[in-house]
Amino acid sequence: MEDDAPVIYGLEFQARALTPQTAETDAIRFLVGTQSLKYDNQIHIIDFDDENNIINKNVLLHQVGEIWHISASPADRGVLATCYNRTFCCVLSLDSFGALGKSSAQLFIALATSSDSKVLTCAAVWRMPKELESGSHESPDDSSSTAQTLELLCHLDNTAHGNMACVVWEPMGDGKKIISLADNHILLWDLQESSSQAVLASSASLEGKGQLKFTSGRWSPHHNCTQVATANDTTLRGWDTRSMSQIYCIENAHGQLVRDLDFNPNKQYYLASCGDDCKVKFWDTRNVTEPVKTLEEHSHWVWNVRYNHSHDQLVLTGSSDSRVILSNMVSISSEPFGHLVDDDDISDQEDHRSEEKSKEPLQDNVIATYEEHEDSVYAVDWSSADPWLFASLSYDGRLVINRVPRALKYHILL
Amino acid sequence: MAAAAAAGPSPGSGPGDSPEGPEGEAPERRRKAHGMLYYGLSEGEAAGRPAGPDPLDPTDLNGAHFDPEVYLDKLRRECPLAQLMDSETDMVRQIRALDSDMQTLVYENYNKFISATDTIRKMKNDFRKMEDEMDRLATNMAVITDFSARISATLQDRHERITKLAGVHALLRKLQFLFELPSRLTKCVELGAYGQAVRYQGRAQAVLQQYQHLPSFRAIQDDCQVITARLAQQLRQRFREGGSGAPEQAECVELLLALGEPAEELCEEFLAHARGRLEKELRSLEAELGPSPPAPDVLEFTDRGGSGFVGGLCQVAAAYQELFAAQGPAGAEKLAAFARELGSRYFALVERRLAQEQGGGDNSLLVRALDRFHRRLRAPGALLAAAGLADAATEIVERVARERLGHHLQGLRAAFLGCLTDVRQALAAPRVAGKEGPGLAELLANVASSILSHIKASLAAVHLFTAKEVSFSNKPYFRGEFCSQGVREGLIVGFIRSMCQTAQSFCDSPGEKGGATPPALLLLLSRLCLDYETATISYILTLTDEQFLVQDQFPVTPVSTLCAEARETARRLLTHYVKVQGLVISQMLRKSVETRDWLSTLEPRNVRAVMKRVVEDTTAIDVQVGLLYEEGVRKAQSSDSSKRTFSVYSSSRQQGRYAPSYTPSAPMDTNLLSNIQKLFSERIDVFSPVEFNKVSVLTGIIKISLKTLLECVRLRTFGRFGLQQVQVDCHFLQLYLWRFVADEELVHLLLDEVVASAALRCPDPVPMEPSVVEVICERG
Repeated sequence: MEDDAPVIYGLEFQARALTPQTAETDAIRFLVGTQSLKYDNQIHIIDFDDENNIINKNVLLHQVGEIWHISASPADRGVLATCYNRTFCCVLSLDSFGALGKSSAQLFIALATSSDSKVLTCAAVWRMPKELESGSHESPDDSSSTAQTLELLCHLDNTAHGNMACVVWEPMGDGKKIISLADNHILLWDLQESSSQAVLASSASLEGKGQLKFTSGRWSPHHNCTQVATANDTTLRGWDTRSMSQIYCIENAHGQLVRDLDFNPNKQYYLASCGDDCKVKFWDTRNVTEPVKTLEEHSHWVWNVRYNHSHDQLVLTGSSDSRVILSNMVSISSEPFGHLVDDDDISDQEDHRSEEKSKEPLQDNVIATYEEHEDSVYAVDWSSADPWLFASLSYDGRLVINRVPRALKYHILL
Repeated sequence: MAAAAAAGPSPGSGPGDSPEGPEGEAPERRRKAHGMLYYGLSEGEAAGRPAGPDPLDPTDLNGAHFDPEVYLDKLRRECPLAQLMDSETDMVRQIRALDSDMQTLVYENYNKFISATDTIRKMKNDFRKMEDEMDRLATNMAVITDFSARISATLQDRHERITKLAGVHALLRKLQFLFELPSRLTKCVELGAYGQAVRYQGRAQAVLQQYQHLPSFRAIQDDCQVITARLAQQLRQRFREGGSGAPEQAECVELLLALGEPAEELCEEFLAHARGRLEKELRSLEAELGPSPPAPDVLEFTDRGGSGFVGGLCQVAAAYQELFAAQGPAGAEKLAAFARELGSRYFALVERRLAQEQGGGDNSLLVRALDRFHRRLRAPGALLAAAGLADAATEIVERVARERLGHHLQGLRAAFLGCLTDVRQALAAPRVAGKEGPGLAELLANVASSILSHIKASLAAVHLFTAKEVSFSNKPYFRGEFCSQGVREGLIVGFIRSMCQTAQSFCDSPGEKGGATPPALLLLLSRLCLDYETATISYILTLTDEQFLVQDQFPVTPVSTLCAEARETARRLLTHYVKVQGLVISQMLRKSVETRDWLSTLEPRNVRAVMKRVVEDTTAIDVQVGLLYEEGVRKAQSSDSSKRTFSVYSSSRQQGRYAPSYTPSAPMDTNLLSNIQKLFSERIDVFSPVEFNKVSVLTGIIKISLKTLLECVRLRTFGRFGLQQVQVDCHFLQLYLWRFVADEELVHLLLDEVVASAALRCPDPVPMEPSVVEVICERG
């Protein structure tokens, strides 16, 4: 089908950060953060018009530095958080900000006095201009001319903790709670006064030999949002946000570094992880000795794994082999037998694949491998509005929007 | 008259043929003509005489319908004078000849007739004389008959009396025997001539029985019975004592039977005795089994069992069948049950003994023992078909054979694991300086040959089971299932499979990080499996098929399947090797990138040590792989590739498809250019499956390492000198790594990308002068 064809959008800069606009449930909208050391960084708001297959974009300037991670508030469409590098040039531009902390000033002085420069990854919460919140508003001219800036809501002060790896929002809440991971610290923030102030509510840190560093974390949507899982090196850990203590620990979850993880949205004990051993593993956190299932489809590090928000058999992975793979993990999904489907219904559908599927509903398989990217894919995510649509972002700034194959969609729905 | 004579030969005138005509040919023809007449016309025609004259022709001189007038007329009419004259003279000559013939015949016959008449007359005379003599004879005979009748009439009386006397005499003799019987019996019993006594008793029994109503006979009978009872008593006594061996016992039983003892009871008793003896044998066998005394070897054991128990059983069975044949099927059944019970106990003992042997190594002894065992049991098997001892024995042998196969399989596995341990030790052993330890190729050869010799030894050992001279080798199990399912499938195929599995298990070992398995071992195993795929498997299987003529319908695993499995194993091992080695180098590179502060680094003066280490390690891996795998194919290289310098490296890029992305140009352009570059270059599969050659392996390892470098570089931010350091490092790698890979373009491409990425990650990208880079690298 024609509208199964991917839609491609190119950014001018390298990019790693991608998130759907989580609070938006009607329009298909993604946020992409760029990485450039020489120019002002941008956040692209990508609106996808499903009917016309057209992409509309708006560009926000993010002048404080290159964006390593981006996440959108689940409650407020206009609010988002970024992790960004603050380097020599960034500091210069930051200077104009009134919100500069004392430490930044000191840093600036340090930078100015020595020829060396330091890189520190910070995190902040931003609000985008009101008129862009609801999207579908095409900037009249070239992006560069009308680029708008973000309004800084608050800064997640990390001077004491080190580099911010990522920021995650409480998934079901009112957008007041944030977890951020900084080096070996896990920090829980309360956003107060309409997010203009971030108060460190509690924190925990990882002790051990060597330099421990969190690479990634996710907030579980189950258990009243009291659990967070993190990855550091080859280990997966679960945390209880109330006591900030460790619940479980999966040592050597992967042979090499764990890059990302995600919770099954429908099965409370299941989570998926991926890493540099090219594998995607599915875990039941009640049994940490062995993965429930292992996929080995990629030929290089897997950077991202995402469950579909409503149909958790659909698992999306992105890898630095430049591929995005959509897998169908029926056997460990919340609908292991699929919906009961009459074969007659499906045989009317033109596609043969649906028929095959209906015969063997329990078969786990790769649905599709998407090869539109030519550089490493560092981020993939599902749209929050349309469960059949997802975006992937490669380092060269190419954003590709794809759909779940129609036949499979009907097979799952019918 | 002449004409009549000429036509003369009429039916019945046979003698007319015999005289030889003056001309031989004419009568011959005539005779034939006559024959023709007899058999009718058609005969003559069938004889195919086309020229033959018409028999009805009246002009035919020899025809039946000859008419002289017509003939003459014809002659006169048809022939010229000269011919007429000729035929006339001819005719006259024939007539004359016929006349003389007739005369001769008449004379000869006349003489014969006269002599016959004489003879008859003489015979008449002789007969008259004979008649007289016959009369006289008849008279004499009558006289003799008369005399004879008279004599016999006279003797009749006496003859009758003599006959009667003879009868009485016999009777008296019998009576005397009867009267003497008790004393004779007593004497016999005393003398121990039981056989004689029983015979006497047997002879007298019937008479005594018949005449027991007479008091005198009654007395004798009573006496006899008493004696007989005593006799029986004594016989039983002897029988029970049983010390005198099976034949004597059999004799006793025979006598007792003749004495009319109840067979049923004897039967039981006989068997009970036999049981006692056989059980003693069994007990002695069991004693040998006992834990404390040094058990004799299995051959001796089965020998003893064979001669002692089985021999005894045979004797018992033979005697029983002879003695109690009259018992019919019930008796046979009893014997069978007896044999079954004892046999099963014997088998239990044998099995216990064989079980002790199971762990042992000497197959030939075991096979010989089994052979004895089986052979011994075939005799009673024939005698006691119903007891099924032979079948049970065959079963035991089969079971032992099966266990043996299992044992050998275990042995092979253990040997394989042992080899692996040896290799591990050899690999782990600290190298003596200056002296390389045993080379990988040597180790591989050692492993291969040791496994092969183990396989061969196992094959030879189990082959004993099917040797021709072994009595059970022609059983269907050993001809069919043992060869195909047992040896080929169970032992050989099973071993190869388990070998592959063991090898594969190294790939799945959880400790991916650590060197739980030394990489060299992976490499060696991979080569081993590959060798198996190419040659060894088919060799082993051919060997097996030859030694064990597999000739049954069981489906067997085809060679190709096994080869495919081995190849898959080899491929997985090699891929795993690449991953492990790639990971080692990757970790080095990653640490070097991650731990360094690239922003505050100083201007590069040297190639970083880690890069040298990478090159060294790669070289070492190259050497290692080169020991076991062939070189492989490289892509055609440009002529100057061997001494490619930095200037070539960079300037070729500049003149080529795209400018190096770290040249000072607008970043937008960089991006565009690198995208264009990617359009033209092929996608690089980093962890792609490798082929079985050195170049492919090295390519895989280098790909993994450089890709890691690329990804790590992208995560960092570089200062100007950081970028320059990367530049230097990459050039250094470029200088040394191209020679290892199949397609040097690949190295260029990846390194270009590393440098380009570093440039992108640098806020102040000022690349180093290529010439300086070159100098640094050459110095380093």
